[in-house]
Amino acid sequence: MAAEQPTATVPGDQTRIHNIGYRNYDGPRLGRAYARRSLYSQSLRGAYGLGRSAKSKVLPMLLFVVMCLPAAIMVAVAVATKANDLPLDYTRYAIVLQAVISLYVASQAPQSVSRDLRFKTVPLYFSRPIETADYVRAKYAALSSALFILTAAPLLVLYVGALLAKLDFADQTKGFAQGLVSVALLSLLFAGLGLVVASVTPRRGFGIAAVIAVLTITYGAVSTLQAIADVQGSSGAVAWIGLFSPITLIDGVQSAFLGATSAFPGGVGPSNGEGLVFVLVTLGLIAGTYGLLMRRYKKVGL
Amino acid sequence: MIATESLSKRFPRVTALDRLSVDVGPGVTGLVGANGAGKSTLIKILLGLSPATEGRAEVLGLDVATKGAAIRERVGYMPEHDCLPPDVSATEFVVHMARMSGLPPTAARERTADTLRHVGLYEERYRPIGGYSTGMKQRVKLAQALVHDPQLVFLDEPTNGLDPVGRDEMLGLIRRIHTDFGISVLVTSHLLGELERTCDHVVVVDGGKLLRSSSTTDFTQSTTTLAIEVTDTDEHPDGTRAVREALDARGVAVQDGSGLPGAGHVLLLTATGEETYDLVRDVIADLGLGLVRMEQRRHHIAEVFKDSDEARKEAVGHGS
Repeated sequence: MAAEQPTATVPGDQTRIHNIGYRNYDGPRLGRAYARRSLYSQSLRGAYGLGRSAKSKVLPMLLFVVMCLPAAIMVAVAVATKANDLPLDYTRYAIVLQAVISLYVASQAPQSVSRDLRFKTVPLYFSRPIETADYVRAKYAALSSALFILTAAPLLVLYVGALLAKLDFADQTKGFAQGLVSVALLSLLFAGLGLVVASVTPRRGFGIAAVIAVLTITYGAVSTLQAIADVQGSSGAVAWIGLFSPITLIDGVQSAFLGATSAFPGGVGPSNGEGLVFVLVTLGLIAGTYGLLMRRYKKVGL
Repeated sequence: MIATESLSKRFPRVTALDRLSVDVGPGVTGLVGANGAGKSTLIKILLGLSPATEGRAEVLGLDVATKGAAIRERVGYMPEHDCLPPDVSATEFVVHMARMSGLPPTAARERTADTLRHVGLYEERYRPIGGYSTGMKQRVKLAQALVHDPQLVFLDEPTNGLDPVGRDEMLGLIRRIHTDFGISVLVTSHLLGELERTCDHVVVVDGGKLLRSSSTTDFTQSTTTLAIEVTDTDEHPDGTRAVREALDARGVAVQDGSGLPGAGHVLLLTATGEETYDLVRDVIADLGLGLVRMEQRRHHIAEVFKDSDEARKEAVGHGS
């Protein structure tokens, strides 16, 4: 350090390297809201591996392509065969490809929050103007946005394709809009669940396993029970059982209110009254996961 | 810079801070205490992250209870533990932290480049932090605390885990933070010796209580002890004793350095000024012995505790 000091400037001596020394910063300090936005954009970019190593770009980008590819194929088929309708509804798309979405949440939720916990970077955030709520909101919003991009992009491909195939404009637009609402809800729900599970463990591996477990085991259990209930003819139970896994919850909401055909056994989704319960549970879960995250980070101080 | 007034922090089982009143002015201030003495708790309260049970505190004239965010915008914090993600470069990491402090993107980049250069990181700043040595990591931690040009930085055990050379460099850097950058520093350590050389002022806490708060010149004046060690010769088979006797004859009180490494061969004496050094040199030269070492003894925190315990007892004794 001493070595960089003696380069003091002597007037008239032009050949010296000027050590400009320490400069104070008197520019603007943009405060909390700006810091929150910066954290949001950094986390959102990070969810697709941007600004991170090349290795960490592979999985999210691959999943993005896998998510969009079937849509592109469907569009190609629809255009080529001059079909009257798309082979798959907008609302159905995310349900069919739920495994890809789950995999994405499982890989990106832990990288978003577990890293900060594991490397104890969290105290550095909270020693700055930013507060617990800012951190949680930025992370939640970032993962939700990332998921929305993942789930809405193929819908956009379908929509553009449908218009190119000269399918009915009003019909397609309505379906597209319903699909967007549905995947927006799905993004919020999955992001919340993924973050809550991931924020409990600083170990990324555990986080990934736990998120996959929460998303797929519940779905496996619920769909099995639904199948049994369907065989036994208690179709009322089929709908109610759907409340207990995230993806069937979304399915229930969209079949009741967003004109979707249910993927439940028997193809019968919840009625409007039951659907209201589905909506309330979904919103409750989103609010609940946010609350849990806030509680979790109240404890993670310095 | 910092003022606390009977600041207390009680947890269900322990009292971390017990009516601590202390005033810290500009400059480099050392906060010394054993592990668990309440140093980290104090920093947490001063950053406005943890409410005090009792009493009040101000940082830069802002109340910690109500103006936490404003304080955190103007102070920097370097934690004791590791806090760096290994898979990003120092530049990326510090830029991100600068933006978290509210610096606009361009300013964040410029300040990062400047700050990393000032803490002594050059080309390696583009490599992932995972490959850095402990010394380099400490510099990155320091850089993220300085990048937003705070008025005051809290450095929690910045010399932890560094080798002697790294330690000296870090202490020199801390000194420069004040002299060259004009930023006041509150630095914690459990080693009084290393802070004596760096700080203008030292605050000693133990068990959440203030033991002592004084400028370092006071400290060294009252506590400079010299340790000397000499060789033996044929003429003086026990050189240590010969020196001891010779010094005794000149009226200098000498103690055995028992309890120190090399006990039996080390003598301790209190230096009253320059002349003591000259005297020791002359005595040893006259005896024809070799001087192995003569050094200012670093004080252990325990000695300050012992001194103040005695002082406290005395005060109590006078009171009754």
